Amino acid sequence: MSTLVEVKNVTKVYKRDTMEIPVLQNISLDVPEGEFLALMGPSGSGKTTLLNLISGIDQPTSGSILVGGTDIAKLNESALAKWRSNHIGFVFQFYNLMPVLTAFENVELPLLLTNLSKKEKQQRVEAVLSVVGLADRMDHYPKQLSGGQQQRVAIARAIVSDPTLIIGDEPTGDLDRKSAEEILVLLSRLNSEFKKTIIMVTHDPHAAESAHTIQHLDKGELKSN
Amino acid sequence: MKILKLIYKNLLRHKLRSLLTIAGIAIAVLAFGLLRTVVTAWSYGVEAASADRLITRHAVAFIFPLPYAYKGQLEQLEGVKKVSYASWFQGTYKDQSFENFFPRLAVDPETIFDVYPEFTLPADQLTAFKQQRNGCVIGKKLAEQHGFKIGDIIPVTGDIYPGNWEFTVVGIYYGKDKTADETQLFFNWEYMNERNRQTESFATDQIGWYIIQVDDPNQAATISEAIDALYVNSPAKTKTETEKAFQQSFVSLSGAIIASMEVVSYVIIGIILMVLANTIIMAARERIREYAVLKTLGFTNFHVVGLIAGESLFISMLGGTVGLILTFPVSQAFGDAFPTMFPVFAVQPTTIAMAIGFSVLVGVIASIFPSYRSATMRIVDGLRQIG
Repeated sequence: MSTLVEVKNVTKVYKRDTMEIPVLQNISLDVPEGEFLALMGPSGSGKTTLLNLISGIDQPTSGSILVGGTDIAKLNESALAKWRSNHIGFVFQFYNLMPVLTAFENVELPLLLTNLSKKEKQQRVEAVLSVVGLADRMDHYPKQLSGGQQQRVAIARAIVSDPTLIIGDEPTGDLDRKSAEEILVLLSRLNSEFKKTIIMVTHDPHAAESAHTIQHLDKGELKSN
Repeated sequence: MKILKLIYKNLLRHKLRSLLTIAGIAIAVLAFGLLRTVVTAWSYGVEAASADRLITRHAVAFIFPLPYAYKGQLEQLEGVKKVSYASWFQGTYKDQSFENFFPRLAVDPETIFDVYPEFTLPADQLTAFKQQRNGCVIGKKLAEQHGFKIGDIIPVTGDIYPGNWEFTVVGIYYGKDKTADETQLFFNWEYMNERNRQTESFATDQIGWYIIQVDDPNQAATISEAIDALYVNSPAKTKTETEKAFQQSFVSLSGAIIASMEVVSYVIIGIILMVLANTIIMAARERIREYAVLKTLGFTNFHVVGLIAGESLFISMLGGTVGLILTFPVSQAFGDAFPTMFPVFAVQPTTIAMAIGFSVLVGVIASIFPSYRSATMRIVDGLRQIG
């Protein structure tokens, strides 16, 4: 299986006034295509930072990150935005849906950046909402949906543009046990059925069990399994 | 679903806040429009002044009269087409109240409507005005305000020219366009002069000012100099200027009031800006996490700025449009309430253009700071924000 994500000697240091706070130290990681990777570690270990770097919403202080052969650290802001829209699907802990948009409209958001026709967009949105089991709730607003349903809408939004990589930052962190289980089943299905590569940050060992591989981060360093 | 729809939906997120902001902008634009209309109405005479008319008055001050005898000499000057004259009569109709004030002028019936072609008087009424010594002609607006009809007698108590005066309405003139003053009363100067002669008044054979129509407006300066040169060694020296300059000198007497009204009108624009900027800054701050999510999905700074500026512009334009629409009936009512103070009280195209321009400008400026902040925000920082 070919490598989709190559993290090479990545260091990330945050600057607060004159203070330098090292968050990631010389991290190297390969994620093969079709992998379902769980990143675990205590708070402040740098797992979300690593996720942000891989998804191109933050830049490393040193080192390189190649996703599908593209060194994303070398892309400028607009190129990076375009790259994200084509290659990355995000699932956040707090869903981050637009409260003024319906489930359908939320899922449609990434497609506004494409040249698809109105009909094609509609077909795609309806298809992914069916995959996540919300075909009958597409006209509902986020506040009319449960937490689990909102997260399923967020997953539908993440996969609607058929991204190369799905990034999940504590996707079950705000859900009850049952809803969390449903989301994990859904992510596993996306990985096994739709061959999506998934990198998920989680605190929850049970959630991590859904992944093929688990990597532990501690104090900015990757610990071997 | 389009970006515009998202802008629209964002507007409805805090309906009361959006409504109050739009209402605030509408009221401010209404106040701006009304103040600008007052300012332009104040100087309507300047705008309405004809390029081919000169005014010759006493060189010392407007209140000093000129000899009637100048008329024949002025008519002989090269480039002069027609000479007319007028005197400010003043007097009191009924009482000193504001609503009973209107300009009362002693004029030359033979020439006054020739030099003021913007006033239209039916031919039979003009003939009656020329023939009936105590006849007067009044403007249409004045007739409507007081219910004067042809044949009515208007009694006026004189002050500059003492005694009780009665003028019989023989004609009602109307303006050819909106800028014509329809609130004046013209009566025959001869009627007044006869009385002055009988009472051996100082004002006998004296007129207030000459109105000189010239053949070529480009020669106005030369003719003005020629007129003033003619009387440079006489006891009643003259000052001749274009009608526009003459009217401007009246307006400049109220210059401080007008200037302060102009300043207030711009202060209002500043207030709108603050109100809108406050609303947009609050809205953008509340949505900073959403903007971060949009950027994460691949939307660019251009899209985010478009959302913020679009909402700001939508609010300012909607408020501005409502305010502008309201300006017309309110101005109409204001003008109707003070017909003689503001003979012409109409919302000018420049006022409309300024209101629209300022609405757009305010919308753009109010969005600059929140747009900049959202555009320069790092996605990771935005995602950490708690909305």
